[in-house]
Amino acid sequence: MSMEVKIHKKLGEYELDVYWKSKKKRIGILGASGSGKSLTLKSIAGIEHPDKGYIRIGEHILYDSDSGTCLKPQKRNVGYMFQNYALFPAMTVAQNVGAGLSGDKKKKQEQVEKMIRHFHLEGLEKRLPRELSGGQQQRVALARIMAYEPSVILLDEPFSALDVFLKDRLQQEMMELLSDYDGTVILVSHSRDEIYRFSEELLVIDDGKQICYGDTKEIFDHPKKVEAARLTGCKNIVPAERLDAHHVRIPDWGTCLHLKQMIDVDITHIGLRAHEFIPVWGEREDNCIPVKVKGKAEFPFEWKYFLKGETEESDDICWYVQKTLWAELEEKGIPDYLKLPEKEILLLK
Amino acid sequence: MDAVIEILKGLDYSPLYVSLKTGIVATIFSFFLGLFAARKVIKAGPKVKAIADGILTLPMVLPPTAAGFFLLLLFSRRRPFGILLYEEFGIKVVQAWAGCIIAATVIAFPLMYRNARAAFEQIDVNLIHAARTLGMPEYKIFWKVAVPSAGPGLVAGTILTFARALGEYGATSMLAGNIPGKTGTISQRIAMVIQDGDYMTAGIWVVIIMLVAFVLIFLMNLVTGRNMKNIRRW
Repeated sequence: MSMEVKIHKKLGEYELDVYWKSKKKRIGILGASGSGKSLTLKSIAGIEHPDKGYIRIGEHILYDSDSGTCLKPQKRNVGYMFQNYALFPAMTVAQNVGAGLSGDKKKKQEQVEKMIRHFHLEGLEKRLPRELSGGQQQRVALARIMAYEPSVILLDEPFSALDVFLKDRLQQEMMELLSDYDGTVILVSHSRDEIYRFSEELLVIDDGKQICYGDTKEIFDHPKKVEAARLTGCKNIVPAERLDAHHVRIPDWGTCLHLKQMIDVDITHIGLRAHEFIPVWGEREDNCIPVKVKGKAEFPFEWKYFLKGETEESDDICWYVQKTLWAELEEKGIPDYLKLPEKEILLLK
Repeated sequence: MDAVIEILKGLDYSPLYVSLKTGIVATIFSFFLGLFAARKVIKAGPKVKAIADGILTLPMVLPPTAAGFFLLLLFSRRRPFGILLYEEFGIKVVQAWAGCIIAATVIAFPLMYRNARAAFEQIDVNLIHAARTLGMPEYKIFWKVAVPSAGPGLVAGTILTFARALGEYGATSMLAGNIPGKTGTISQRIAMVIQDGDYMTAGIWVVIIMLVAFVLIFLMNLVTGRNMKNIRRW
């Protein structure tokens, strides 16, 4: 099923503008808090109304400002999973799952039982939501949505309320439960890991503005824009001055990079992910920056170094060191230079 | 002690029935009207909200006799609306039991309305949104999601409403009068016997109404206890 969404909404100073068209079944929306991710989802579900634009799912027009179409949420056939799951507190699990069903009692009963089985909720039918664990609540919320057989499911930060231990397992579980769902699923998150794992195509928004839309892996590999690089987790982004087609100067790091690839005229920044630096001891090689250690944080599987570049005002350089390199670092001490491998350098606009 | 038993035996119990009937019926009216008004006001824009809220709360702030004055103006059989009610529908409000109910409902209604509104406003709005995206019709969302979620607040409002309706005096005495067996409520009876200097009978009625109020509130808490389970101690 294809989906085309164009939304413009103004809320005081804040403006949201997004557009995408996709035939993919798994779409991610990545953005910081307050960037307009939830507002986008709510507009699709009909909880919020955009000022302008249209929302089409297959042949179905949910909203179109030109023709004045704006279906009620009840008529959109769009399932919405809230961050806090929004289970009805006074209803049992079975009643919650059946809440969206109407008509024949027997059919309703059968559908509820089917969902209870599919979502491994046997034995919990008579419980109230507050008597369930976080993971169980999430399954009930999903079962309630799936029972209603929506054509689109919207997941609004579904894992952010869970602790780290549960998160990983539930992400896997959710993927499995959704694997035989035929409709489109849109996942909204500020977690790049979740988005990367889940989505085929990705919309990146920052402060209401659409940064990019496209293939998820492509965006992570080549973010192209500063905001996209930052949101996909690039820790080191610095201003760059293009000197010619193969040279770029980095004032913050007091160095000049020589690249084999062509550098576009409108490049303003370069980025490098924190674990891509290569330590160099002794002689300075090409594309190296001299560094001094400012701080270090030790994590179970990673060391994080915060390094100072050429100028005092420049942002810290982040360098994440995997366990495999620890021994070498202990032996040789802090490297004199960090090398930027050309393949990993992100040229950003 | 014998004197008390003597009085209890000879007591005219009609005020008890009139008060109970009035209290219960007025509470039922106030309950539904309060829920309805609360729902409408929550939906309204800020300006309409402020005005509607002021008008709906007015009977609680006004002295009951002032409310009685307005009610008399409206329902008097010498005025158009009162004439219409009586001649077209045969409904008599002034100096009748209907007057008791109307007076008690009007005075007690703001308590129900305000509590219902506060309870509804505190519902997690995502519950309502979720219900809508699940295709639930609005009336079903209201009764199956909003009302149970607002349960404890609504119970509190109902209890306060009943308490207020049961003890209503000022507006009732003006609109319905104090006709023994018809509109003579306990609070009116107490005032009447006090005027006669009969403190013993007044005291007995005070004890009776205290018992009634206590038992009914206890029962109400018991019946709605299932919903109260949602509340955590702290």
